[in-house]
Amino acid sequence: MRDKVLIYAGLLLVLILLTYPVWQGLAGRTVSAGPQLPQLAKGKHCVAPVTVMKKAHMQLLMAWRQGKVRHQQDHYTAYDGTRYRVSLTGTCLAQCHGNKEDFCERCHAYAGVAPLDCWGCHTSPAKAMAKTPGAAQEAQ
Amino acid sequence: MKLTRKEFLRLSAAAVVAAGSGTLARAFDRKEAAPAPAKADAKVRLGMAIDLKKCGEAPGCEKCLTACRLAHNVPQIPNPAHAVKWIWEEPRQRVFPLEDGDYARRNFPEKLPVLCNHCTHPSCVKVCPTQATWKRPDGVVMMDYHRCIGCRYCMAACPYGSRSFNFEDPRPHLEKVNPAYPTRTIGVVEKCNFCEERLADGQLPACVAACPQQALTFGDLNDEEGALRRLLANRFALQRRPELGNGPSIFYLI
Repeated sequence: MRDKVLIYAGLLLVLILLTYPVWQGLAGRTVSAGPQLPQLAKGKHCVAPVTVMKKAHMQLLMAWRQGKVRHQQDHYTAYDGTRYRVSLTGTCLAQCHGNKEDFCERCHAYAGVAPLDCWGCHTSPAKAMAKTPGAAQEAQ
Repeated sequence: MKLTRKEFLRLSAAAVVAAGSGTLARAFDRKEAAPAPAKADAKVRLGMAIDLKKCGEAPGCEKCLTACRLAHNVPQIPNPAHAVKWIWEEPRQRVFPLEDGDYARRNFPEKLPVLCNHCTHPSCVKVCPTQATWKRPDGVVMMDYHRCIGCRYCMAACPYGSRSFNFEDPRPHLEKVNPAYPTRTIGVVEKCNFCEERLADGQLPACVAACPQQALTFGDLNDEEGALRRLLANRFALQRRPELGNGPSIFYLI
């Protein structure tokens, strides 16, 4: 039993290494809850139910892209019959979701998913303007 | 169960007939169905006529060029080797090198607006390895920047120099970004899209709408009663390098 100290020290080290992410999380005061996305204005809802959008927004965006660019489908009829203009910047962001920083990137960062690089070409409404519409009105 | 030789042969023959029957039936069907006559008159071929008399009356006017640049976020890059062009001006000799006769050249202004010819047989479309550029049924030669890999075959194939490559990020060269239209990114080829986004809304192309001289006429070249065809019937009209067989849809009236 001469190696008692060494063995316990080793076990402790392994235990610390295994539980390291827990301590790191506690120290950084992170929470596992996802980002709270801003609620849409009353009467507004997305082109598809939220559950569908959470799972399949990438397929929808790809279908929009293919339809608009390659098949001249400039409008999209939603599940409830509403017709929308097919436009990432003009419809998704400008009408509801604000801008890419507040909407797309927060979830993608949380989930650790790298999005396709949309923003090399597509533009996002300015962050400050979308966040404080009141300020923009005051400036006018 | 044991198969006799006769039964085996009979079964094999039946299998061959069964496998080929679909093809046979289709072959007979095709013979019976009369080929639907191609409705040539129903097909749209969008085109444009540029009246050089009217255009030449306003030397130095760049309204069409500016309107296009603002509508599509076309950057102004000082380095001519990196320049991005949708509609731009070229000297007369370079647009119509064969019309350089002593007196004939007086019928042309010194500088002519040029843009993508939206050819009937576009050579850029034939060479594109990713189908990033293709011809729409209405005649617009379209570009899908999502698919462009930047190989620049189309630039080599286009006899009119209507395509530009983004050698650098275009955004720093934009005075103001128009949010209604995306910019492009480094590494893709771009060109005039005949304002397909405006056509979808029932508007005329930006250059046509912006011209104070109304020198640009846009329309369907297959519409015999249309304004475009009436102009072409009554005026002397030139296409750029028609001998190449690309069939440009942009006509210059002199």
